[in-house]
Amino acid sequence: MTLQIAVFLILAAMAVAGAVSLILQRHPIHSALSLIVVMVALAGLYLLQGAEFIAAVQIIVYGGAIMVLFVFVIMLLNAGEEERTNMSRMARFVGVPLGVVFLLEAAYWIARATSRMAQASPQAVSTRDLSTLLFREYVFPFELTSFLILIALLGALVLARREDSD
Amino acid sequence: MVPTSYYLVLSAVLFGLGVVAFIFKRNIITIFMSIELMLNAVNLAFVAFSRALGQLQGQVFVFFVIVVAAAEAAVGLAIIIVIARNRGTLNVERVDSLKH
Repeated sequence: MTLQIAVFLILAAMAVAGAVSLILQRHPIHSALSLIVVMVALAGLYLLQGAEFIAAVQIIVYGGAIMVLFVFVIMLLNAGEEERTNMSRMARFVGVPLGVVFLLEAAYWIARATSRMAQASPQAVSTRDLSTLLFREYVFPFELTSFLILIALLGALVLARREDSD
Repeated sequence: MVPTSYYLVLSAVLFGLGVVAFIFKRNIITIFMSIELMLNAVNLAFVAFSRALGQLQGQVFVFFVIVVAAAEAAVGLAIIIVIARNRGTLNVERVDSLKH
């Protein structure tokens, strides 16, 4: 077993453990912290694949900005533990087998379909190449995303504003 | 060299766990977090294919997915704040005024 596969297995175990913990924790803040573990593990996996820029963006935007937003909203709304209802007990008996079957099936078919896939020569992907592609070929979608962010910002402001303030 | 299929299997497992969390959780914030988990799983598949095919487009797509996820999180959490203010609960089963 090479070192890379060992690192992959450690990071994959971290990611899956975090995702399982997200499901099992009853308090939303614990779920949020589990999700941060998943995101950090995924950033490590991106580094392992030579995608340095994506790994950095993953840590900064996902692990930083988005999760801070989640934690902030959880604290703002003072979210407590989930309450158990009849529906959630039913979901346990129906959902667990369904989820396990779905996971196994997806993993089986993917492993089967891609095991014969030709292994391309691993080439270092430089951030320079990525940015050249982003700012030449994909410059229009890139500019559109800035509009999207602006609209989302305005939408969030309008939605979360108190009614009596106007 | 880690085979591409390993990454894809991990991506499928994470996506499946995201689906399970989406169905299971009753708290609207946690349901939102499981959507983010699914988006992350898809990003992993994008990067794995990008490396396997030797093309950079996959990583550009991951960049766009992250940007859209950030916008979606901002709007979605604002909606959650409005729901919590109007209904006084975060439990999705108690947001059922259309039923009654």
